[in-house]
Amino acid sequence: MNNGIAIIDYGMGNLHSVKKKLDRLKKSSFITSDPDEIFNAEKIILVGVGHFRNAMKNLKDLNLIEPLNNYALIQKKPILGICLGMQLMANTSEEGHENGLGWIEAEIVKMKVNNTIKYKVPHTGWNEVFSLKPSPLMKGISDGTEFYFVHSYYCKPHSLNTILNETEYAFRFTSAIEKDNIFGVQYHPEKSHDAGNQLLTNFIEL
Amino acid sequence: MFRPRIIPVLLVRDNELVKSIQFKNYRYIGDPINAVKVFNDLKADELVFLDIEATKKKRTISLDLVEQVGEEANMPFAVGGGISTLEDIQKIISKGAEKVIINTYGVNNPNFIREASEHFGSSTIVISIDVKKKFLKGKVLWTHSGKKSHKYLPVDFAKLAEEKGAGEIIIQSIEKDGTMSGYDLDLIRDISTSVTIPVVALGGASKLEDLEKAYKIGFANALAAGSMFVFQGPKKGVLINYIGKKDLSIFR
Repeated sequence: MNNGIAIIDYGMGNLHSVKKKLDRLKKSSFITSDPDEIFNAEKIILVGVGHFRNAMKNLKDLNLIEPLNNYALIQKKPILGICLGMQLMANTSEEGHENGLGWIEAEIVKMKVNNTIKYKVPHTGWNEVFSLKPSPLMKGISDGTEFYFVHSYYCKPHSLNTILNETEYAFRFTSAIEKDNIFGVQYHPEKSHDAGNQLLTNFIEL
Repeated sequence: MFRPRIIPVLLVRDNELVKSIQFKNYRYIGDPINAVKVFNDLKADELVFLDIEATKKKRTISLDLVEQVGEEANMPFAVGGGISTLEDIQKIISKGAEKVIINTYGVNNPNFIREASEHFGSSTIVISIDVKKKFLKGKVLWTHSGKKSHKYLPVDFAKLAEEKGAGEIIIQSIEKDGTMSGYDLDLIRDISTSVTIPVVALGGASKLEDLEKAYKIGFANALAAGSMFVFQGPKKGVLINYIGKKDLSIFR
């Protein structure tokens, strides 16, 4: 049986970057889509790049919804969503008008900007992250630290309590969410130099 | 605050780094993995790797090389050269690249851009547009590392790429490549003001002021350069370098 952090394999994008980063941080991890391995995992990272509807379809086709719900809501063990993996934690998304996992009361909506010369979509690049509440995930990361973003949709939580980070682009948006054992970041810690390493280390040490 | 990305562009030939002038006169620069290590230390925003012989040799960039870069890089990187199937993209991404850069095949088969962006997500698919003047035609688009011209005007193809789902455009002036004489600002502005996806300026940068102009006059969202980040001094000695954090204040 594998041990350490389970990186969920559901056919959506860049699992290997995260795996390699965890290897670098000397944390054992494994890529899996096996419900038993998920059940027994110490923690879970849900990464993803691509289309929301395809992601949910893949999770359904692989029969992963129930094991993930059980892990996040019943076992209540730490789970980190990255980029699309974070968006999947919301109720619904405008991207494909599909329901998500619904762990966090939120909608995923398309970025709409007026000044399309200055603010392109996808929001691509390094941008500052500000914390709205103290969190073990942000330990040692000062306000205004830059992380790497690539996304066209963003998360709109219903409750202020679930907002962990905000970031300013054409407007201010939620760049990370947190509720109990559930964490989600819109940015890519696995590609964000020292700050990203710090965040992942914080998650490892939860 | 959001700021433009500053992106070193590294050309690969036979798994070695080279640098061109106007897509010719290739000069040996060094080892790709060493360069990644230096750019890690310099905290570069993002890297681009282009295999300049891949299309001609009907292959992609070496997957071993992409894997080594993926293991080393602390920042996102994009990879281009010879990409023509979804399988190519899948393999490159699975080695750790964030994005793939499509040029020749996407120009010949614009529907491939649609297919790729639907499969991997727009943000994974970058279209590079290489531009050079053609006698009596003005600036047109070229492929095959600048050897074959096309009827497309740069702006028209940029719009088509956006419509087909591309997540980013790299606009490169072949005439400016390696000359270190500043970007083609008109070209960059034409593209930046015609699309709503990010535009990366490439070709001609040699100093901070060039980057600043491409951002403030050209409205580029990211500023890329080859020579500027691999050469140093008037004699162009090879030295991997990058801008300092305090230099970013010019973008405020």
